[in-house]
Amino acid sequence: MKEVTFTVLENSPLAPRTFRMKLAGDTSAIRCSGEFVQVAVEGKFLRRPISVHDCDWETLTLVYKVVGEGTAVLSAKRPGDRVRALTGLGNSFDVDSCPHKALLLGGGVGAAPLYLLAKELCAQGKEMTVILGFNTASEVMLADEFEQIGADVHIATMDGSAGTRGFVTDVLRLKNIPYDYFYACGPKPMLKAVCSAIHTPGEVSLEERMGCGAGFCYGCSIQTKNGPRRVCKDGPVFKKEELIW
Amino acid sequence: MVKDLSVELCGIRLKNPVVPASGTFGFGLELSDSLDLNVLGGISLKGTTREARYGNPTPRIADCPAGMLNAVGLQNPGIDVLVQEKVPALRKIYDGCVIANISGFSLDEYRHCCALADTCPGIDLIEVNISCPNVHGGGMAFGTSAAAAAEVTAAVKEVCRNKRIFIKLSPNVTDIVEIARACEDAGADGLTLVNTFLGMRIDIARRSPVLANKMGGYSGAGIFPIALRMVYQVAHACRIPVMGCGGVTCARDVIEMMMAGATAVQVGAENLRNPFVCPEIVEELPSLMEQLHIESLRDIIGTV
Repeated sequence: MKEVTFTVLENSPLAPRTFRMKLAGDTSAIRCSGEFVQVAVEGKFLRRPISVHDCDWETLTLVYKVVGEGTAVLSAKRPGDRVRALTGLGNSFDVDSCPHKALLLGGGVGAAPLYLLAKELCAQGKEMTVILGFNTASEVMLADEFEQIGADVHIATMDGSAGTRGFVTDVLRLKNIPYDYFYACGPKPMLKAVCSAIHTPGEVSLEERMGCGAGFCYGCSIQTKNGPRRVCKDGPVFKKEELIW
Repeated sequence: MVKDLSVELCGIRLKNPVVPASGTFGFGLELSDSLDLNVLGGISLKGTTREARYGNPTPRIADCPAGMLNAVGLQNPGIDVLVQEKVPALRKIYDGCVIANISGFSLDEYRHCCALADTCPGIDLIEVNISCPNVHGGGMAFGTSAAAAAEVTAAVKEVCRNKRIFIKLSPNVTDIVEIARACEDAGADGLTLVNTFLGMRIDIARRSPVLANKMGGYSGAGIFPIALRMVYQVAHACRIPVMGCGGVTCARDVIEMMMAGATAVQVGAENLRNPFVCPEIVEELPSLMEQLHIESLRDIIGTV
């Protein structure tokens, strides 16, 4: 865990109420995909947990949705502004658990953390199918980015305005997609549906209101088959088999 | 000149008065990779009960102006795990004052847990939480009546032969001085005050409470003046030492708490927004003492 003051390079809308923020600064505490950072927001007491979308030696990219006052303050940041964040939080996706063919499922802004994961899977030479679910065509985002790194990308929208009409699980039902392991991030009902529809092993990234974000306040605990677990420290990524829905 | 930050709590020397408050620092172990625990005067461990508890459903945390609400609900692994695993593991890496924080739902539970803590070699002090406002039918009843607070104090004093007992008081009372005096009369060796203030937030879009538990304890910078006032009143009414707690965020607040009468000062909610705040305060204290012409922190306790 490391506190870093970043400089905003870019903070632009990616979809309605959804922003991509590229930050320059020390990323040495960020190890791999699945982690999150705790962003300090002026005028707010607690930090906001946001997943790592992409990261290299000098830059960190976050994709976040404006859901309240805190993220609204963040969306007003301009290039050159400073952003303080605790970095190196949470566990990570387990790329080694995927034998050959990965299925990545993202719901809305839940697509964000899957991008760095996809890059890691790609580096290991694994095949990838990505299914992204949104409410409507105007919300579709990140599809091109996933395609550029060689993923087979499918879209689902609730109103049918882009891709398959329905949920990400409807794409699975209608198309013959080969996979032997899955990774999912998105709203809880989606994750629950994914975990019951898919019979291969896999893992999901959870979201919870957090206090410290570093495992010592026990504010974000969930009950699992292995007892209480902290989403911020023991997660946010949990194996499917561990979760109780 | 080298500043003397050390203080003494019931004969136990603390290298400085800065102590992370119970519930805001886990069992210390969770932070041992991120900061040097040995700069801390003491650590008040997470509240512990007889049996392991999962606590309340989530959301357990709500952001507020100048603070936060928590309704964690005393998640903890139980007293046996505390004395057999957590404390020995912490003792291996930490040489400061280890404070076990004990909660209970009955006099029997308080007695049972305190007796075990009393014989655990790694524990220096026992802090008895009679004020946690989160748990249905829980500690609240004890902390809000002078008679019940005295009853818990007497019960735990009876079973503790080795260790000093601090009673941690609830601020959700009409007259905190009356409760503090009742604890002192019942044999408490010291007092920690204050715990969180019972509060609530509503999600106006969903038209429902933010916390799954509906209500929770409010803490953070916003409660500092109220906590300071209570520390001042109690420290001037009682002879036993006081650990001041509530909204402390910086070295300046520590000095204020001590001038009001606190011998040691606990830092709570601020740890959650800045996990490095306690070491930062310890580092900040000598230069502030220099500015204020203070040679030893002991000299300013209760000087206001």
